[in-house]
Amino acid sequence: MGRASPFRRRARRALGNPVLARNVLRATDTSLAHRREVVAERPDWEDLRERAAALRRHTLARLDRYLREFAENARARGVQVHAARDARAAARLVSELARRKGATRILKAKSMATEEIELNAALARRGFRPLETDLGEYIVQLAGERPSHLTAPALHRSAEEIRDLFLREGVIREGTALPRDRRALARRLSLSARETLRSRLLEADLGVTGANFLVAETGTVVLVENEGNIRFTTTTPPVVVAVAGIDKVIPRLADLGILLPLLTRSATGQRAAAGVSLLSGGPGERHVVLLDNGRTRMLADPEDREILACIRCGACLNTCPVYRSVGGHAYGWIYPGPIGALLAPLLRGRGEDWELPFASTLCGACAEICPVKIPLHEHLLRLRARAARAGRRGIGERIGFRAFRFLAGREDRFRLAARLARRMEGPLLRLGLLAAWTAAREAPRMARPAFHEMRGDHGPAAS
Amino acid sequence: MRIALFVPCHVDLLRPGAARAAARVLRRLGHEVRVPEGQTCCGQPALNAGYFRDFACLARRLLDLLDRDEPDAVVAPSGSCVAALRVTGPRHLGLSHPLLDRLYEFSEFLTRVLGVTDVGARFPGTVTWHDGCHALRGLRIREGPRRLLRAVRGLTLVEMEEPDECCGFGGTFAVKMPEVSAALGERKARAVAASGAAYVSATEPSCLVQIEGVLRRRGSAVRAVHLAEILASGEGGDGG
Repeated sequence: MGRASPFRRRARRALGNPVLARNVLRATDTSLAHRREVVAERPDWEDLRERAAALRRHTLARLDRYLREFAENARARGVQVHAARDARAAARLVSELARRKGATRILKAKSMATEEIELNAALARRGFRPLETDLGEYIVQLAGERPSHLTAPALHRSAEEIRDLFLREGVIREGTALPRDRRALARRLSLSARETLRSRLLEADLGVTGANFLVAETGTVVLVENEGNIRFTTTTPPVVVAVAGIDKVIPRLADLGILLPLLTRSATGQRAAAGVSLLSGGPGERHVVLLDNGRTRMLADPEDREILACIRCGACLNTCPVYRSVGGHAYGWIYPGPIGALLAPLLRGRGEDWELPFASTLCGACAEICPVKIPLHEHLLRLRARAARAGRRGIGERIGFRAFRFLAGREDRFRLAARLARRMEGPLLRLGLLAAWTAAREAPRMARPAFHEMRGDHGPAAS
Repeated sequence: MRIALFVPCHVDLLRPGAARAAARVLRRLGHEVRVPEGQTCCGQPALNAGYFRDFACLARRLLDLLDRDEPDAVVAPSGSCVAALRVTGPRHLGLSHPLLDRLYEFSEFLTRVLGVTDVGARFPGTVTWHDGCHALRGLRIREGPRRLLRAVRGLTLVEMEEPDECCGFGGTFAVKMPEVSAALGERKARAVAASGAAYVSATEPSCLVQIEGVLRRRGSAVRAVHLAEILASGEGGDGG
């Protein structure tokens, strides 16, 4: 097989794990089914999408203005607003805050931004171990993993695996009678986690959250949740800090009327989330860290900018045939699936991230489901071209396509090459040199005669 | 109508029956079908891999050649090649050509341009339909082929689970990420098998190559046939 690329290696590992494959498929199927139901209830769904897309476009085109407005209004309500140029600066701001407050008990709400800046690792280096209060995040934290989905971090884990993890970590005492039925077991596990978490939610020194939206006109941090943990995280600690990408800003509170229904219906198939917190200032000390980390660079390019419209619902993951087969960890960063395959190269930009736009069949299911109408598959193709132009695909491939263009540029050359390929097909197959195709599939055989070699009524010569 | 048949290279070399069948159906409907000489590849593989200039070069060459006799329409038995030229090319690299307004995938030409649903075919058997992604999402072809199939005598159309989920071919993806591609193909093959159909059909030859490859490896008796091959079969022909 030679040395496979990083994505391919990780994908292969995922495909070799039947439990993971089943979990991912089952969980994404469930989300999609719920989504279908609640989307069908809204005859104005397409209209909502259109309005949300226009709203996001409008906002991103004037992001500096809305960011300033947000910061001013948040400050007017006593919030300390910080700007972080990159992941390291953001992580330093938060861990510095934790140190200054002597925060030994830190609560964390589910947040992709804090995953992006690897906050837990930064805190750990200073001797802090925050408590993940979201059930899914709590599970991946116990397992020493990272989330594999934007809205369902532990989606790749089965109830049985979580049971074993909880037993090993003492969340459930050894010998406890547990239901066999999967649903009953899942319920029982979340109750156990809740019991363990609850006592620790009541006393804390620092709360860390992300943000679903930042409202410019009111300086409000908007947080959407289903478990009540965010309420605790933002109320029990005297100090609360929200880490949010600068792309999270929306102009007005009323815009939530468009974005919230789209978000919850697309993400989990819920008409509304169990809880929405609108945090405008607060009783205690409030901080907001505005994270750039590559976003300004994306804003500067009118096409890349379109990708920042994403509201992190995760629907494109659920519908992506590749994500559904390999799960989130195969993508190698915290943003997986089609949106991750765009954000990883554009925000993080490591060499291996530039492989991700190629980890797609370009089927377009992602663009079809996206609540803010990002043409994700078109952007994937665009980034492929960018990777090719930058020479990231290797000189061999570039020469290969140039040679192909040369051959296909004239009929006689192309026919000759095709005849040669047909002659070589048998030997290549026998030597196993077409294994990339034949390892799991029978090879198609080249036709004898090909269409252009046919004569008679229905061949090319007939008219 | 004077129709030029666009025979994509993978149809020419792997599934010539689909081109022959498409020509036969169109001629049977009373149209003049020509196959412009000199056709090679539309460049879609280069487009798919991100080599836009190589694609544009081949695409323009082919479009000029297809338009040489100024036919009323150009028809291809492949959704992905048509989508590459008519949808993706214009959107991504400003490809433009006077022919693009007259370029059609085979089933959309029948249903949308000619307004035909019954082409007089007979094909005894149970068939399940796979929506190729480019035809479906690029060209918005969903109901047309199903209407054409339902009108075929002796044919029973059964839907598989998620007929619109990708088969996993994806152009260069099929060989660059073979394990993932095969996993998607497996899922598609399972859906095909579970439908109980004896045939799986599509308007995209490359999907058929993928689905057939997996079905044959699984030892399945289900056959993959191009839509045109079904529509060409019946009293007047041998099915291509």
